[in-house]
Amino acid sequence: MILLNQLLQGVFLGGYYALIACSLSFMFGVMRIVNLAHGSIVVLAAFLLFVLADRFEISPWLALVAVVPVMAGLGLLLQRFVLDRSLRGGLLVPLLATFGLAIVLDNALFESFGADTRSLSPYIGDLSYNSWSITEDITVGQLDVLILAVAILLLGGLQVLLSRTRIGRAIRATAEDPGTVGLIGIDARAVYGMATAIAMGMAAIAGAFLAMRATFDPYSGGAQLIFAFEAVVIGGFGSLWGTLAGGIVLGVAQNIGAAIDPSGFFIAGHVTFLTVLVGRVAAGGDLFRFFIRRRRA
Amino acid sequence: MSGPDLIVQRWTTRSAWFVAAMGALVVLLALGPTVFSAGLTDRLTTLFIYVILGAMWNALAGYGGLVSVGQQAFFGLGAYAAIRLSHAEVPVYPAIVLAGLAVGVLSLAVGEVMLRLRGGEFAVGMWVVAELAHLLVNLDPLVQGETGTSLIALNAVGAVARRGYNYWLALATMAALLGVLFALLRGRVGTAIQSIRDDEQAAGSLGVRVLPTKRIVFVLAATGCAMAGALWLSTAITFQPKAYFSVQWTAYMIFMTLVGGIGTFEGPVLGAVLFFLVETFFGARGVWYLVGLGAAALAFSLFLPRGMFGALDQRFSLRLLPLGYRVMLPGLLLRRGESGRG
Repeated sequence: MILLNQLLQGVFLGGYYALIACSLSFMFGVMRIVNLAHGSIVVLAAFLLFVLADRFEISPWLALVAVVPVMAGLGLLLQRFVLDRSLRGGLLVPLLATFGLAIVLDNALFESFGADTRSLSPYIGDLSYNSWSITEDITVGQLDVLILAVAILLLGGLQVLLSRTRIGRAIRATAEDPGTVGLIGIDARAVYGMATAIAMGMAAIAGAFLAMRATFDPYSGGAQLIFAFEAVVIGGFGSLWGTLAGGIVLGVAQNIGAAIDPSGFFIAGHVTFLTVLVGRVAAGGDLFRFFIRRRRA
Repeated sequence: MSGPDLIVQRWTTRSAWFVAAMGALVVLLALGPTVFSAGLTDRLTTLFIYVILGAMWNALAGYGGLVSVGQQAFFGLGAYAAIRLSHAEVPVYPAIVLAGLAVGVLSLAVGEVMLRLRGGEFAVGMWVVAELAHLLVNLDPLVQGETGTSLIALNAVGAVARRGYNYWLALATMAALLGVLFALLRGRVGTAIQSIRDDEQAAGSLGVRVLPTKRIVFVLAATGCAMAGALWLSTAITFQPKAYFSVQWTAYMIFMTLVGGIGTFEGPVLGAVLFFLVETFFGARGVWYLVGLGAAALAFSLFLPRGMFGALDQRFSLRLLPLGYRVMLPGLLLRRGESGRG
């Protein structure tokens, strides 16, 4: 029963990983834009919400309504001034530019807020600790359920957006060949801007739940990027539902690791990730081909 | 012979003089500890380690096209291996050198998996490797988790002698690694790795052996970073895993390479000197200085992608350390034959 509980908590933790991985999966997997500042952007959103809740006593839920559009707007700026230029500079430049941006964000947050760890959990009432008891041994946190639901909602929404809507088709076409879409009347820069704005809006939502379920500090971004990235890779590059599965595999592995040894939590997650990589190298020879196959499927 | 007479140049008078001057500089620097003050000797040791880090990261990213955010894995493992070897009664300075080589061997296994990844996957994948290495090192009872430990055997060496040994070892390691890199990049491997960077599939179809070539550069960069980590330990003595496995090291490497000039041999050396100066004068300002480093890396990657040396080279055609060839019509520069400096 205790093991079952561990597994279940792992699934919910995986829901959180899928949530922070949403925008990464979208940008990285679909748009093929690598944003190494993703984790720092999530943490930036968390700090914005924290300031609104702490200094202005605005409920995080209400604040989110304001922060999502603000972050989306920042996404437009990010695309306009950093990504667009760096994409034209070749394959490496986006990596270097966004890594530089991550260093700027992390340290600027540190300079503004100090090293203290913060959390939004005091501002969301009893949601942070209320839970439902399934059996005597198994309880499920309400916030955990909400996070998993939001992750499914966002991934499902993205899936519908990409496969059913006009802008979704434009996004996929642009990701495939940004040069050619101009011929059929699509403004590639506008599409990239829209996609980045969507991704940043989702990162804001992820930041809200990061801040509600746990504590964060200015240097939390790196770990968020790593977890999100692991979820995307385990689940298969470019597959949105795969990201949900990947997040859950990661969360379950971490909880099993923690059950074996207190220090096993992170080790189990990283080992799982590397095992998946080794497995793919052994199975497919060329990992890149594997990703492409997944993507077209 | 038809057509104009082309002149194919590798060495120019200037580059020959420059190489000779560099050789002389290294010889002069070797006299350092007998002449310099203790403080200056220590600072220069630090500078040599920075040069190693910048040059190794540039070898990987600038020539191999492999951007790694996880080189701190090898930096930390190098220091850890030195502690372990010293604990196993290996004399302390041989232990530092052996540590670098041992981690180099280990990196063969790491590369076997990681080198099949590309672009962002490789970059973040290496970060995961660094995190895992950090967690595993923490498990060693000798390290005592984040509390860390010290290279106690260094206490047996007197403070003055230690300062000199550290300096000479750092200088010799820097000179040796730069020499190996220079020789490597001038030869077949240099041409092959740059062709892979520019277009992996095209290079492969022309018969370049992609994976073995990447492996050479990866292992060299890992060995260099591990040596740098072990040398850093010899100056700092204490080993706290968190400090050695910090992603900040990679941030420094990226700053040095980008500002100095990615994909140029001379650039990271220039970048390391700049970083060293910036750190000396602004390091005490705390975190704003790191914000500045990040902003500089961001700005250079976007607006001056060949860095300072690249910009100078383009304008004045410096060619201080010739890696490629340049093809000239009599009196007219046609094209420099290095794909890295287009």
